[in-house]
Amino acid sequence: MNYNADEKGYYGEFGGAFIPEMLYPNVEELRANYLKIMYEDSFQEEFNQLLKDYVGRPSPLYFAKRLSEKHGCKIYLKREDLNHTGAHKINNTIGQILMAQKLGKTRIIAETGAGQHGVATATVCALMGLECIVYMGEIDIARQAPNVARMKMLGAEVRPAKSGSRTLKDATNEAIRDWINNPVDTHYIIGSAIGPHPYPDMVTRFQSVISEEIKWQLKEKEGRENPDYVVACIGGGSNAAGTYYHFLHEPEVGIIAVEAAGKGVNSGESAATSALGKVGIIHGCKTMLMQTPDGQITEPYSISAGLDYPGVGPMHSHLYKTGRAEFYSATDDEAMAAGLELTQLEGIIPAIETGHAFAIFAHKKFKKDDVVVISLSGRGDKDLNTYIDYFKLA
Amino acid sequence: MSNRIKSKLQEDKKLLSIYFTAGYPSLNDTVQIIQDLEKNDVDMIEIGLPFSDPLADGPTIQESSTHALKNGMTTELLFDQLKDIRKSVSIPLIIMGYFNPMLQYGVEAFCKKCHEIGIDGLIMPDLPLDVYQSDYEAIFKKYGLLNIFLITPQTSDQRIHQIDKASDGFIYMVSSASVTGSKSGFGQEQENYFERVAAMNLKNTQIVGFGIKDAETFKQATKTAKGAIIGSAFIKHLTANGITKIADFINKIR
Ligand SMILES: Cc1ncc(COP(=O)(O)O)c(C=O)c1O
Repeated sequence: MNYNADEKGYYGEFGGAFIPEMLYPNVEELRANYLKIMYEDSFQEEFNQLLKDYVGRPSPLYFAKRLSEKHGCKIYLKREDLNHTGAHKINNTIGQILMAQKLGKTRIIAETGAGQHGVATATVCALMGLECIVYMGEIDIARQAPNVARMKMLGAEVRPAKSGSRTLKDATNEAIRDWINNPVDTHYIIGSAIGPHPYPDMVTRFQSVISEEIKWQLKEKEGRENPDYVVACIGGGSNAAGTYYHFLHEPEVGIIAVEAAGKGVNSGESAATSALGKVGIIHGCKTMLMQTPDGQITEPYSISAGLDYPGVGPMHSHLYKTGRAEFYSATDDEAMAAGLELTQLEGIIPAIETGHAFAIFAHKKFKKDDVVVISLSGRGDKDLNTYIDYFKLA
Repeated sequence: MSNRIKSKLQEDKKLLSIYFTAGYPSLNDTVQIIQDLEKNDVDMIEIGLPFSDPLADGPTIQESSTHALKNGMTTELLFDQLKDIRKSVSIPLIIMGYFNPMLQYGVEAFCKKCHEIGIDGLIMPDLPLDVYQSDYEAIFKKYGLLNIFLITPQTSDQRIHQIDKASDGFIYMVSSASVTGSKSGFGQEQENYFERVAAMNLKNTQIVGFGIKDAETFKQATKTAKGAIIGSAFIKHLTANGITKIADFINKIR
C-alpha cells in the first residue's frame, strides 16, 4: 500500500484538485513546479539553513519522565512548541515563502484558525519583505487575541471572515476568493495538509522534517529509529502528516490520530471528522467531510480554534479508510485536562490543539515498554485566556 | 429532441441569460421566477442550487445561498419544485451549483432527474475538466446534459482550445479575474480578452458572465460574444423589490 500522494495528488480515493477554472492557472503552475523547485540544491540549502538558524531546528526529542511514569510507557515529546513562533506551522511557511519567491509572487495570503499559521506566515513575510494578508474567522479573532496582535505587529493585515461559522472553514473560503480575485501576483500559503493538489503533498513534505528528525533522535536515545507509536492531533493534519511521514511505510510503527470531539462526538458540537464525516469535496479536495445528507458542509465546533475544521487532509482520510492509522477523538474537557496534566508534570503548557494529542491516554492503554512519540505541536501562550477562563485561574 | 441550448444558440440575436438562487427570496419562488423570466423574453436561465461554501461567489450570491438554505432548500426539493416546469416553460434551463451536493445525491441519479425534468445543461465550477472527462462525461451524455465549462482572462490559449474541444454548446466566459458580483464595468483589459477569444475561432460560441449588471455592460459583453449572463445584479433586484417587478429589471437590459 502506498500512503503518499500519487502523481495526480490522490491518496487512494482521496485528494485531487476540485477547483474552479479561475484557480486553475495558479494551482497548475504550482503543481508543475513544486517538486522541481523543492529539490533544487539551492532551495534545500536555503530551507535547511533557515530551519536551523531562524526556526531553531532540530527541535528536541524530550523524554518525559514523569508523564511516562504516570501512564506506564516511554513517552517522548517532539518539541515543535520550541520552534520560533511557537508551533510546527513555521516549517511549512518557510518552505512556502521560498516557493512563492521562486515563482515570482509578491503578495502573500493565508487563512488561520488558532492564529499560529497566521503568525507563522506574517513572520516569514516580514522576514522576506512581502505583503501579507491573513483571513481569520471573527470568532477566532476574539478567542485568539494575542495572535491577532502579533500578526498586526509583524505588519500583516488581518481580515475578518464574517460568513458561516466565522471560523477556519470560512477564513479558508475568503482566502480562496482573494486568490481568485488576485491571480497574478499572489501566492496562497495554505496552513495545513488540505486544499487542492499539490498543497497536501507540498505541506506534508515541508513538515516531514519532524519525522526525519525523530528517526535519528530516537536512534540516539533508544538505539532504534522506529518508535512503537507516533501520536498527533489533527485539524487539517499538517503536524500529524509531518510526524507520520517517515513512518508511514514502517509497519511496526503504530500511527495514532486524535481529532477534536468538542462537547462529545454525538453532541452536535464536534469536529471529529473521521467519526462524523462522509466522502465529499471541501476546499478543492476530495476527503472525509462533515456534511448534511444533502452535501452542505456543516459547522464544526471545538474549544481549539486550530482543530475547528469540518474536513481533514486527504492523506488522513486514506490512513483512516485503510486502517493504517488508529483514530480517536478527545472532548474539550479531556484536552483541557491533558493540557493541565502536561503542565503540572512536565512544566510545559501546550496549545489546546496539542492537548488533544495528550488526551490519548484517556482512550488507549500502552504497554510498559512501548515507545510513544507525541507531537507537541505548539505552545499554549496564545491560549492563556481560554485556560484562565476554563480553570478559573484568575 | 435536440438540446434546447443548442437550438437557442442558433437564433439570430444576442442572448440574455439570468442566474438566480433557488429558494430565494422565499423557498417556493422558484417556478414563479422562471415563468416571469421567460415571459419577459429572457433567453436562458441558470437555476442556482445553493451551497454552503460557494467559493467562486461574492457576497451577494453567498448571502442569497445562505438564505435559501435557511429557508429549507435542498436538492430533492428543487427537483420537486421543477417537476412540472416543462408544462409552462420552453426556454433552456441550466442548473448551476457546486459539485459536492451533486456528488452526495449521486451523479447518475442527479443527471437522471435533470433529464426527467427537462434540464438542458449543468454548470459545476468546481468539477474540473479532467475529472469530468474521466469519470462523468458518459453519464452526462447518457442523459442529454451539456456540461458548460468556464474560461477566464488567465486561461491560456492552449487550455481554451482544450476546453473548446471538450465542450458542447457554449463556453462560459468569465469576464474578469474575480468572484461573482465584484466588478464595476468593463475596461480595456476585458475588451482585449473578449477580442482575443473571439479571434480564436472556437467551435463553441461564448457567453459572458460575472460583472454584467445593466444595459451598458450587457452591450459591452455581447459585442463579440453570443450572449451574457446576469446574476448578482438580478439577485440584488429581487432583494430590493421582491419577485413582482422582474419586468422592470429585464426591460432595462435590452
Ligand atoms: C499548535 C497547533 N497544533 C495543531 C494544529 C492543527 O493543525 P494541523 O492539523 O494542520 O497540524 C494547529 C492549528 O492551528 C496548531 O496551532
